[in-house]
Amino acid sequence: MSTSSTSSVIGASVTRVDGRLKVTGAARYAVDHPIENVAYGYGVSSTIANGKITQIDTSAAERMPGVLAILHHGNTDPLFRTAGPLQPNSRPSESRPPFEDDVVYYYGQFVALVVANTFEQAQDAAFHVKVTYDEKKPLVHLDDVPAPAGPPVKNYTRGKADEAFESAPVKIDETYITPVETHNPMEMHGTIAVWNGDKVTLYETSQGVMNHQGVMSEMLGVPLDRVQVISPFCGSGFGGKLFPWPHSLLAAMAARRLDRPVKVSVPRALMFTTVGHRPLTRQRVRLGATPDGKLTAIIHDVLNHTSHTDDIMENCTEPTPLLYSCPNVAAAQRLVKLNVGTPTPMRGPGACPGLFALESALDELAVKMKIDPLDLRLRNYAEIDESEGHPFSSKHLREAYQAGAERFGWSKRTPGIGSMRKGDEILGWGVGTATWSAGRGAAEVRVRLMADGTARASSATQDIGTGTYTVFAQVVSDKTGIPVERIEVVLGDSSLPPGPTSGGSTATASVLPAISAASTAAIEALLKASVRADQSPFKGADPATLAMTAGRVHVKEKSPETGIPFEQILKMSRLAALEGNGKSVPSHEAHKVTAQSFGAHFVEVAWDPGIARLRVSRVLSVFDVGRVINQKTARNQILGAVVMGIGMGMFEETIYDPRNGKPINNNFADYIVSTNADIPELDCIFLDYPDSAMGEYGARGIGEIGLTGVAPAMAMATYHATGVRVRELPIRIEKLMQRGMA
Amino acid sequence: MQAFRYRQPKSVDAALENSGRFLAGGTTLIDLMKLNVETPQQIVDINLLPLDRIEATADGSLKVGALVRNSDLANHSEIKAQYAVLSLALLSGASPQLRNMATTAGNLLQRTRCYYFRDTNYPCNKRQPGTGCAAIDGLNRIHAILGTSDQCVATHPSDMAVAMMALEAVVHTRGAKGERTIALEDFYLVPGQTPHRENVLEPGELITHVTLPKLAEGTKSYYLKLRDRAQYEFALSSAAIVVEAKGGHIKRVRVALGGVGTKPWRSHEAERVLTGKDATPENFHAAAEAALQGAKPLRDNAFKVELAKRALVRAMTVATQAA
Ligand SMILES: Cc1cc2nc3c(=O)[nH]c(=O)nc-3n(C[C@H](O)[C@H](O)[C@H](O)COP(=O)(O)OP(=O)(O)OC[C@H]3O[C@@H](n4cnc5c(N)ncnc54)[C@H](O)[C@@H]3O)c2cc1C
Ligand code: SF4
Repeated sequence: MSTSSTSSVIGASVTRVDGRLKVTGAARYAVDHPIENVAYGYGVSSTIANGKITQIDTSAAERMPGVLAILHHGNTDPLFRTAGPLQPNSRPSESRPPFEDDVVYYYGQFVALVVANTFEQAQDAAFHVKVTYDEKKPLVHLDDVPAPAGPPVKNYTRGKADEAFESAPVKIDETYITPVETHNPMEMHGTIAVWNGDKVTLYETSQGVMNHQGVMSEMLGVPLDRVQVISPFCGSGFGGKLFPWPHSLLAAMAARRLDRPVKVSVPRALMFTTVGHRPLTRQRVRLGATPDGKLTAIIHDVLNHTSHTDDIMENCTEPTPLLYSCPNVAAAQRLVKLNVGTPTPMRGPGACPGLFALESALDELAVKMKIDPLDLRLRNYAEIDESEGHPFSSKHLREAYQAGAERFGWSKRTPGIGSMRKGDEILGWGVGTATWSAGRGAAEVRVRLMADGTARASSATQDIGTGTYTVFAQVVSDKTGIPVERIEVVLGDSSLPPGPTSGGSTATASVLPAISAASTAAIEALLKASVRADQSPFKGADPATLAMTAGRVHVKEKSPETGIPFEQILKMSRLAALEGNGKSVPSHEAHKVTAQSFGAHFVEVAWDPGIARLRVSRVLSVFDVGRVINQKTARNQILGAVVMGIGMGMFEETIYDPRNGKPINNNFADYIVSTNADIPELDCIFLDYPDSAMGEYGARGIGEIGLTGVAPAMAMATYHATGVRVRELPIRIEKLMQRGMA
Repeated sequence: MQAFRYRQPKSVDAALENSGRFLAGGTTLIDLMKLNVETPQQIVDINLLPLDRIEATADGSLKVGALVRNSDLANHSEIKAQYAVLSLALLSGASPQLRNMATTAGNLLQRTRCYYFRDTNYPCNKRQPGTGCAAIDGLNRIHAILGTSDQCVATHPSDMAVAMMALEAVVHTRGAKGERTIALEDFYLVPGQTPHRENVLEPGELITHVTLPKLAEGTKSYYLKLRDRAQYEFALSSAAIVVEAKGGHIKRVRVALGGVGTKPWRSHEAERVLTGKDATPENFHAAAEAALQGAKPLRDNAFKVELAKRALVRAMTVATQAA
């Protein structure tokens, strides 16, 4: 494997540097920060999904003990909207600031905020605020509204898809539905806002402290340099914490009004309404093929819901033009507005539901044509990115299929429904292709070499649980030879050099070049100091003849042992530290290659027809994600995604009451996600080919891709075992009971 | 949650002197207080009462204190050996953390998980008599198909109580009128026109213990719970079987169903079909048909009729194989 890195710390299995803090409870999450004299805000949220507030009666609540203020649209200072694309770091989740007017767009919308001395006082008072509404019938299901007329919001075409489909000898034309899913990270959203004069500090749980700072600056109407966002740890986000939500503004607004710090944490029930979700999608897929299984047409029409306040497209068709070789492709997306909160990206946005439809349709084609589903994928293998007409920078999907098939034992698969058994149970096998685009954004990093023999690396990006702290330490260690344990990494603070949002699986790829450049700059400064300090053995030498290895400065030609520890140079120079800054620039299309990750999930389900019980019994995932920087955290991302994928396949669904738009299963007993008992032994292989389009380290992102392709592989395996084709997720018991009692 | 007074008596007598809601594990009560569904003025914490023992009695039955934690009961050696159905039922319920808190009496008295009962913005006859039922025309996948009325269709969600039904457990109480002994079968009420009355306890009456009658030699039992995921979910359908069989012949059997009834559902109909018959798939199916004869499915839960039958058939199959 060729890279310019010198040490073995890259690609090793490195334990999270922040792991101990987390398991001992010492890591401070947003609302954990001890802030003196903090007051507690608790939201009053709407119990209707469509209409107007006619009255807010706060008289009883105001008299309750400890209540400091009750804020609502009738009595608060105005907030502002953001400029959006006109400005960097300007994307809110909900473009409408809270309390902008008396209109209610969705169930659970904040209509008032009670602030009190204690959390319990605020919560109880909030229950006693009486809000009356002029209610209109809410529309909360795609079936409630007519299909949108007008042009699609996204339209892709190549060739003549309609004609090709019409004339295709073999056709598939099916509609697939994926339900609303709620992110539900373990750490709920929350904010503590502290004003100091005209400056506000926000303790947050954020996937993007820079964007959060920008949005809050705009919406609060204060200059950017008067807003600081601090988010050292994030109990995961899954996309839900990419962009600020209303509660953050409410905390800041209330704290400004009361001139006192205010904490607002979002209770689990409101996690289902006010902080986003993956929208419902209805997808019609038409495939045309030749008698030997070569695709001649792919037509993918997608409808997803959005809110009345924002247009959010679930980009299901993103992979459609490039996943398979096919001359005629049409992909279109449309939106309908429903009375639900604003959707937001959820892990693997677009591709996850999109591939459920596309991969399921492909399996239906395989069944129809009696071709092995893996073989069908190989027959339509895309050698180049046909949507752009240029090559992939590094694609090894064929090897992923083959390695997976071999390890899984795919050749033993017999195609007949219910034809494979293990003991009393029927087995079903399915395969799903995974894919995710690889991107890279701008990033700045500062690396500081210190006289106590340690180093510090900092950037205003954040670790959302994926291992970013560890990656920083690894790269600085790789460059300087300072062991990971002696490197402090400081992230999650908007006052640090600007770093990227942790989204779209781009954070690692974005920061790597910047950490590397910053480390190199710091080393250069150190080498220059080495030839200037009076007692330095290198005094007067040409810095270009020196190097830093294993934490020591030495003559390049000689071994590190002949040199001296870097901190000696700093001490000799009477310097506390030397710093280097480094930048990454966004990857751009000039390369004429497509950087894209791929993978395949092989899924086995076990079906007990006598009691209609389906369980996933085996999953193997093979991934081509560029170079793997840390085996341990990378594996963790894939396995975690498969766990989530099993949830997407069989359990997860946010269910709205059509009468009032309430998500009725808004708690962890009723919103079903995978438990440990649902997860079999999971296996994962990385092909580990560095992608030169991704710079020195050749790493593409890894956060999202693991979730793509799991659900369709499960649906395929389920069909193989039961004969029931589930086109609407999740795969629930009642859907499998369509066939009589076995 | 509204403010409340808190008492922590040390004896049963002292507990009975205080009016208020008894607090055991709190996993139902505190949960509902946080939702403002339960709004007691006074909490009587009974955790210091000496009701946490499992003891054998002279007549061979087993006495289970009201405060015995679900996890302790499930893992008790005598329970595992003699009353497997109960251990299995308990271990299939909730999560380890909840089972460590939950108590025997609290489990019997847990409230329904009906979505609308748990949200004070909805009409609900059980929570507020006379307001209507939001579930009958609402989302009712998890609701009952047996013992329902036009006033309420909520399930009693306990697993433990279903097993105890099949074991013919007896509830012992103390109240203003002294001690009472109530067969579990007579303890629960179907909703009828009074869904807010779920059992025959009088206000302020304390469950002291439950007794499990001695089972005949060679009795086998089994509990099967069916649901979406493998753990930490209430039953969509479950079956408890206690059976005395010899050489494939069923001498005596008790059948109870969970997840489908407005109370833990003893099925005498199924028992009648099976008693004195051979342990064959045909007889199990016939029993399942009999058990679900009166089922009234709602819009979203028709599948439960079939699922309950399958649970019964499989549980009978396993229980009689073991026999
Ligand atoms: C998320 C979740 C999942 C769950 N899943 C399941 C499941 O799968 N299966 C299942 O069976 N259960 C399940 N449960 C319910 C759980 O088993 C019950 O909450 C528990 O058994 C109640 O016992 P407790 O001691 O905590 O009761 P408490 O909450 O303390 O009391 C419940 C009620 O009983 C009364 N009470 C308590 N003790 C006495 C007494 N000695 N005399 C008179 N009245 C008394 C209280 O006043 C109160 O009204 C679940 C609960 C939760 C929260
Ligand atoms: S089913 Fe019973 S508990 Fe549920 S809403 Fe109706 S009356 Fe209330």
